[in-house]
Amino acid sequence: MRTFFTLLILFAAAISLQLSVISRIQLLSGNADLVFVILAAVSLQERARSMLWWSIGLGWLMGNISATPWYIFVGAYLLGTAIARLLARRVWQAPLLALLSVTLVGVFLLHGLTFVYRVLFETALSFTEVFSQVILPSLLLNLLIAIVLYPLLRDLIERLYPLEV
Amino acid sequence: MKINSPRSLQRIVISLVVIGLIALALGGYFQPVNTLFQRLTVDIQTWFSNRYLALVDFLTVPRDVVSLRQRNAELEAEVAQLQTEVITLQQKVADVEILSALLEFARANPQYSYTGATVIGRDPSPFYRYVIVDVGSNNGILPGMPVVTNRGLVGRVDAVIAEAARVQLITDSASAVNVRLQASNTEAMLLGSVTGDLSLDMIPQDATVQPGDIILTSGLGGVYPPNLLVGQVVSVRKLEYELFQQASVQPNVDFSRLQFVLIITDFKPVDITPLIPTPGP
Repeated sequence: MRTFFTLLILFAAAISLQLSVISRIQLLSGNADLVFVILAAVSLQERARSMLWWSIGLGWLMGNISATPWYIFVGAYLLGTAIARLLARRVWQAPLLALLSVTLVGVFLLHGLTFVYRVLFETALSFTEVFSQVILPSLLLNLLIAIVLYPLLRDLIERLYPLEV
Repeated sequence: MKINSPRSLQRIVISLVVIGLIALALGGYFQPVNTLFQRLTVDIQTWFSNRYLALVDFLTVPRDVVSLRQRNAELEAEVAQLQTEVITLQQKVADVEILSALLEFARANPQYSYTGATVIGRDPSPFYRYVIVDVGSNNGILPGMPVVTNRGLVGRVDAVIAEAARVQLITDSASAVNVRLQASNTEAMLLGSVTGDLSLDMIPQDATVQPGDIILTSGLGGVYPPNLLVGQVVSVRKLEYELFQQASVQPNVDFSRLQFVLIITDFKPVDITPLIPTPGP
């Protein structure tokens, strides 16, 4: 229960920060996704439980806040979390590298799906422009945030899921 | 009484000397000596007093340092508090200036009713240029209502919940606004982009468009009211083999610093979807 409420507070703070601060920090036209980076970091912890449910809930919430359809966020978060869980179960020896890998895959999933949706149902977009102006800068920002947050999140996660001896 | 005795003579001499000295003193003959004596006394007293005070200072310095440090800490805390207050007041002054400008705009355009709103967030997806404002259906906000600032058109309300609304900015890549070039009175289409840049399309080839031309909403399509300021033309691209001219546009509103907006609440957008012909069977 303590873990649940701690994660709830953590993700609520992350969503609030994402909307008010992180979304305003742009590199070209890309921005970071703090919620996904934290979700990936927690999911990479082998002892973490119910992370797929967390990914669905957070995806649904972000999808309702954003103009992006909710199922795109849910799909991208769910797939990203599933990959993180797979990596966690294979006893990954370099957790930072695992976090960066999941972040990279997650950004490509989320932005790829959004791009396809916008092109199919909303407006014409140039792939090269989107790739150079949105996806790559977003990827860079997400990787930077992952590197910065990694030590902080590692401490928090170790408190949430202490090693059982 | 034996005057001749040496002891008596001594007394007499001393008495005479004393009397003589008193007489001289009363006569003012000892004034320079007296002054010199007083000066010496004062100098000695001053020297002793200064040394004593220095010694007292030396002995009480540690206690004073402690109290001075405490006082210094108090003053530093007070300075920090005052600096915080100054920053808060500067922020309030900036807010008041923006709100005053919005009020001026509302007074200058009395044909509409407005509801003020604060921008509280931005869309988490970089593909969408949307902002979230702190008024919703409880404040009478409905989807489709135009959003402006004192500097011009911002966008329109896209979705509403009880206490908040999502606003699509005119810079969004799915946004299209019917506009009019003020100088040539030419209709055109203002389009957003994924990078947030604005461009004009559908400008007739025979229209004269110059950099610096003012762009206003035309009101066509019924989505936005007419004559709202949008921005100005930066550069024009005219190719002979194309049907229309194109132009890049500098918006009048700074979308990166959007803080307060006005929602036009009495403008009813017209849904022309039923009028658009659909392909028959």
